[in-house]
Amino acid sequence: MESIQYAVFLLGAVFCAYRAIVAKRILSATIYLACISALVSAVIYLLGAPQVAVMELSVGAGLVTVLLVYALSVVGDDALDPASVIPKPLAFGVVGLVVVLLGLMVYPAIQTNLEKGSTALANVLWQNRVLDVWIQIALIFSGVMGVLGLLSEQTSSKNKELPQ
Amino acid sequence: MTFTPLNIILLGVIALLGVGFYGLLITRNLIKVVLVLQILIKAVVLALILAGKMSGNLGLGQSSAATVIVADTIVAVVGLALGVQVRRRFGTLDLPKISTLRG
Repeated sequence: MESIQYAVFLLGAVFCAYRAIVAKRILSATIYLACISALVSAVIYLLGAPQVAVMELSVGAGLVTVLLVYALSVVGDDALDPASVIPKPLAFGVVGLVVVLLGLMVYPAIQTNLEKGSTALANVLWQNRVLDVWIQIALIFSGVMGVLGLLSEQTSSKNKELPQ
Repeated sequence: MTFTPLNIILLGVIALLGVGFYGLLITRNLIKVVLVLQILIKAVVLALILAGKMSGNLGLGQSSAATVIVADTIVAVVGLALGVQVRRRFGTLDLPKISTLRG
């Protein structure tokens, strides 16, 4: 039963990922991305990591989707994705090779079983991985600067138009 | 090979990574590149949680995944801001055209 749940969620996520890639309109791809995020967060929840699942759902399906839709509303009619430079059969072959190599690399891990023991996230995050927290704070400041860049109007051209 | 939850999740991670790599190869629009990177990161987050579960240290996997989610969001924000500014400056989001522009 558990395997069926994982399989349904992951098949849905892979299907949505494929649809997001081949969608002509980027707005449709954005909606598919939100679906992927929701399905992946469901899998993460089933794996026993509810905090990260909530984080992934709120950030991936919420914040990033809103940012993408806003960016698409700003860039306007340029939202259609042009045809690819690389021939699709070549890209498919390269990716198939990568996937096979990746499968060979992770094959030994299939022999192991899921461990039941775990440590609390709060203990790890606040005691063993304090540097991660500081890095996250620095990254969030970078994100604020990025949002300012995203929201800024054409100030440079406006300044040029001002009378000297 | 029996289909245990571990095998299924590993296959799902590899499939998501494969679709993401394929998307990176065939995508030319700058905003869609950011979107495809998000797909790849979701696979990586899932792999980190799975690795934590397999090693019996789920807290460490969750901690790493949380850091990756924050970094991934910042990448999306900065990438989208870059895309908006490039569109305003050059009038296009097509990567081959942008790479041949000067000024």
